[in-house]
Formats: sequence, C-alpha cells, structure tokens
Amino acid sequence: MTHSLPEPETAREWLAAMVLIRRFEERAGEMYARAKIGGFLHLSIGEEATIVGSERALRESDYLVSTYRSHGDALARGTPPERVMAELFGRVDGCCKGHGGSMHMFDAQRRFMGGYGIVGGNLPIAAGIALACRQRGGEEVTLCTFGDGASNQGTFGETLNLAALWRLPVVFMVVNNQFGMGTSLSRHSAVTDLQRKGESLGVPGMRCDGMDILDTHATLSEALRRVREEGRPLLVEAVTYRFRGHSMADPEDYRTKEEVAEWRERDPIPAFGALLEREGVLSAEQHEQIEREATQRVDEAVQFAERSPFPAPDTLYEDVYVLDGQAHGHYHDRPAVTHAQESRNDAVLPAGSA
Amino acid sequence: MTAMRYRDALKLALREEMQRDEAVVLLGEDIGVFGGAFKVTAGLLEEFGEQRVRDTPISENTIVGMGVGAAMVGLRPVVELMTVNFALLAFDQIVNHAAHIHYMFGGHAHVPLVVRMPQGAGHQLGPTHSHSLEAMFLHVPGLLVAVPSTAADARGLLKSAIRDENPVIFIEHESLYGVRGEVDEDDPQPLPFGRARVVRAGEDVTIVGVSRMALTAERAAEQLAAEHGVQAEVIDPRTLRPLDLDTILASVAKTNRCVVVEEGWPHGGVAANLAALISEQAFDDLDAPVVRVSGADVPMPYSKPLEEIAYPHEPQIVRAALGVSTQEALR
Repeated sequence: MTHSLPEPETAREWLAAMVLIRRFEERAGEMYARAKIGGFLHLSIGEEATIVGSERALRESDYLVSTYRSHGDALARGTPPERVMAELFGRVDGCCKGHGGSMHMFDAQRRFMGGYGIVGGNLPIAAGIALACRQRGGEEVTLCTFGDGASNQGTFGETLNLAALWRLPVVFMVVNNQFGMGTSLSRHSAVTDLQRKGESLGVPGMRCDGMDILDTHATLSEALRRVREEGRPLLVEAVTYRFRGHSMADPEDYRTKEEVAEWRERDPIPAFGALLEREGVLSAEQHEQIEREATQRVDEAVQFAERSPFPAPDTLYEDVYVLDGQAHGHYHDRPAVTHAQESRNDAVLPAGSA
Repeated sequence: MTAMRYRDALKLALREEMQRDEAVVLLGEDIGVFGGAFKVTAGLLEEFGEQRVRDTPISENTIVGMGVGAAMVGLRPVVELMTVNFALLAFDQIVNHAAHIHYMFGGHAHVPLVVRMPQGAGHQLGPTHSHSLEAMFLHVPGLLVAVPSTAADARGLLKSAIRDENPVIFIEHESLYGVRGEVDEDDPQPLPFGRARVVRAGEDVTIVGVSRMALTAERAAEQLAAEHGVQAEVIDPRTLRPLDLDTILASVAKTNRCVVVEEGWPHGGVAANLAALISEQAFDDLDAPVVRVSGADVPMPYSKPLEEIAYPHEPQIVRAALGVSTQEALR
C-alpha cells in the first residue's frame, strides 16, 4: 500500500527520531561492550519504524506501555536521551534513578508508563490504565506493545478477553520481530497470522509493515481512531525484524546470516531517507544534519551519563515504600519509620480525574 | 457499639470508602451479581453500580495486573481474589509489578492497590484450597501485609489499606467471616497499620498469634490461666508489614518468654521471621528460646482427623507455652 507523505517538517522529524534511536542503540551496544552498562541490553535496531510510526500516531495524552526492549520507546516519546543513557549506566540521573535499568524505563510526564521485564506482564497493566480512562470518561487510548513471543502468554488471552468484554480503549500492538528470543514464530505459535490471534477473544486485528514508517503510522492512526470512536480494543500486528541479537549475549545460531542480510536490505531508516530525498522534502545537507545532530545528541548523552554519580549507598532503601505520615512500624529489619497516604502524581492522571 | 460479623465489617469499610472516594473501585470474581463467594460484597453492586463493582472473568493474574495499572493512574482499586490459593496465579503481577513498580521506576510511580483474599484450613478442601500464605507476601519488599482477626480490625485496617499509597495484601480468614465482634459504627476512623493489639495482658509468657491464630492463642491463654496458673500475654500484630515490633519486644522484656503461632508452614514462615527478630533484638531478655507453633510441614490433607492435626489448635499452644516456662520441658 502506498501512503502519502506527511508535511515535510513532520517527515524530517520522523526520520530524525528513527536515526536518534539507531545511533543511541549502537552507542549503547558499544558502552555495554566496554562494561559501562550491566545486566541485559535488548536493542531495537531494525524496529525503529515500528516504534516511531506507532508513537507518532499517539496524542500526547495517550498512554504507552511497552516491554524490556524499551529505550526506543522512551526516546520516541520524548524522554531526553541523557536520562535513558544515565539509566543504562545505573546513575542517579537516570529516568528511574538507576533502580530499573535497561528493561524498566519510565517517564510519567510523557505518559510512557513503563518498560516491563516480564514477557506478557505488561498487558494487564495497559488494560488497567485503559480502565481508569474509561472510568473517568476521557478520550485517552493506551498503546500496549509486546513481542510475538508474548502472544503465547496467559495474560494475552486473559487481557484481550477482558478488554473486549469491558470495551477498554487499548491498541494492543504485537511487534512481530519473528522470534521469541531464539525461537522462530513458526516454532512457537500454532497461529502465525498474529493479527488473527485475538479474533476468538473478541478483538479484531489489523496488520502493518513495521519496516515502513508510513504504513505503520497510517495503520496505527486508523486503529487509534477506531478504538476512540468504537470504544473497543484492537490488535495490530507490526511485522518487523531485529537486526541484532535478542540481547547482547546472543550467538544467533537460530537464524542465518543470509536471512539477516535480506531483512537489512529493507532497513527502514535508509529507505525512508531515500524516499524523502526522492520526493524532494529532504536535501542532502538536511540529511547530513539529521545524522550529525543524532550523533551529537548521543555523544552528549554518554557524557552526561559518565558525569552523573552512582546512587549513594544510603539511598538503597529509598522508594521501596511511599513513606511519610500515616503508619509507624518496622518495614524492613531496620529502624521503624512512618509512611504516607494519598499523595498523587497529577501529571499522569487521565482526563476527568477528581 | 454493634455486634457485627467480620464479613459485614469488611463490607462496611468498603461501603464507607466507596462513598468517601469515587476512585475506589472493586474488581473480582463473582463479587457483584453473586455477591462474593463469602458474601463480603453482597449488595454493593446494587448500591454503587457495575462501573464500580466489576465482576471479572476467572483471570487472577490479569485482574491484579489491571488493578496495578489502574492504580498507577489514579484509581484506588480493591481486587478480591476468591481465596489466597488463587493468588498464586497472580504472583507475577503481585511481586514483579505491584510490589516493585514504585522502586523500579525510581519513585515516579506508585500503586495504591488493595488485594483482598481469605486464607485458611479447616474446611476439608485439601492441598490446593487450604493455604495460609502470609509468609510469602511478607517476604516481598514493597508490599504491606494486613492480617485482621476481629471485625473491628477488619473494618479499620481495610479502610487504612484503601487509603494507603502502597500496595496492600489484605489477608482475611475463611473461618472468621461469620464471627461477630464489637464494632463502633459511629467511629469511621481507619485503624493505622503498624500497631499491634494486646489481646490479653499477662506476665508469664508472650504469645504472638497471627491471623486466626490470634483467636486460638487467646483461648489457649485462658486455658493456661485456668488449668496451669500461667498468665500469658497475647499479642495480635494485625499487620506484618509494617510490624509493630516494639510492642512485641516490650512484652518479651516483661515475660522473658515468647511463643509465636501461625497457621502456615514452619520453614521460612512468619513465626520463623519473628523468632529471628526477637532473638536478635531481645536476646538478653529471653530466658528460653523463642518457640514456633505452626501448621504442619505437609500439603493440607483432606481427611478430617489428619486435617485437624495439620494446623495449630489450643493444646499445641498450651504445650509450647508451658515448654518455654519450665526448664525440663525445654529438653
């Protein structure tokens, strides 16, 4: 399907957002190799069109819930790269103060309601956010992304059923990158036509080419419009591919170099850049500038993360509980403390909240 | 004061909090049309409507997870799990999300969620339907754990749980729903967490009873006084996190002896934890080791005579209390 381009400025911004994610992820991989980043590191290289195409279809007031592969989601939503990089470095200026790491990004202000480390664990959370929105009578839709592997979890069936039953405003986006870790789609799912996997649960499906930002954006825009108007959930399958391993510790024995090379030919970023140049909305200088700015932004993010201190040892017990005021007692095997009731983060409340 | 059943005291708390704050919504299996498997929520659907009293499919992990998500953006969901046994299906959402989101997201999100559920053996329901699992929840930093044993505590603690900004595991007891207790209906104040109740004063031995075992311990204490002349001080911690350790330690400083009673399993149990805390913090006060009385270390059998001996009753508590009170019995 061919789609018309958005306004030139918008088109260039989409390209810039994808390039920023790509450069950020490449640099994160390098930093991991240099032991600046610990734990797991799941890169979304190859999936940028799916990320930016879907998120640019959201309103600012919409919510996004994603997975352990979530740096790109945070960046696309507008979280400053230095906050994401500092989180990867485990520093106090990270978006979660170094408590979450790669798999658990969060930015309440931008309604990015989190990356979640448990496969399929985020679907009920998204439905709960949508329930609150429905209850308040607002127009917000929650976009919930998860991988093809998550479509086999119990929460997939449970949540789609409940969301359809209660007509919750959720777009479930299954990011079909062809593998649940190292197990290919045809080896882990009896139904490989993933857009149909919600049908028996009352959730109609759509599909987009997740390597094509225009198709992804158009499909998600249509899905979001339908969910807002019809007041019921939809499932969208975004067909994409991750060019790197599942995580940094992945020998990739489960796929051939030829297969990866074949998909790399469809790399969404050069494809979109070339399209914009062909259509005359992007000059060679502008293209170069986008690249230069992304590299610079990522350089700054690394410098910021390097400079940011590690959390002090005496903060270890901070943020386990919301504390201040209500009850007194021993929460840990440590001196007794008091704790709070009824504080609120207004930035994150749906419209209509009291 | 009104004599009220434990289940009705819980319902009163739910009603009062739902009237007070429209963000309070109830989710659970058969809580609406059916009125709740134990009738705690009977009548609330008619009173508050199906937007706020939501019958759910049998999908424990998902309904708890939905409660987490809804709580993150301003609702105050109260999820009823039909029994604690089914909470095992929801452990991912309870532990990985409800308990950890506040910490994991650097304090930028919090989860004011209550997950209510009854526990307990005694109804010949066999291994899968007779659990007492407060130790499992107590184990998890980020959760608060309430274990009310009386009608008044059930009401007051549930009100506090609903108003708390932290996720609360609220453990009721199947055998207590029909038990009446005095409730002051005119006093709508929540009962703060972290305050133990001294059920019975005494100088000779401290008995800490958790959940239903607070009642069993009280009866055992009466037997100790009547038949053995031993005055036991019985303490119901009411909440396990936060824990009112100070009240327990003050009692042990007076009695120099302590028995901890729980219905659940002994290994890694609530009593084991309390025994460790007391030994660490009041070693010099103790004249005898802290002794645990717990459920037997077996899956719960169905057959009545076996089930009866598989969880604590008064004789075991009496025996333990006498044991820590006399040197010979320690051997």
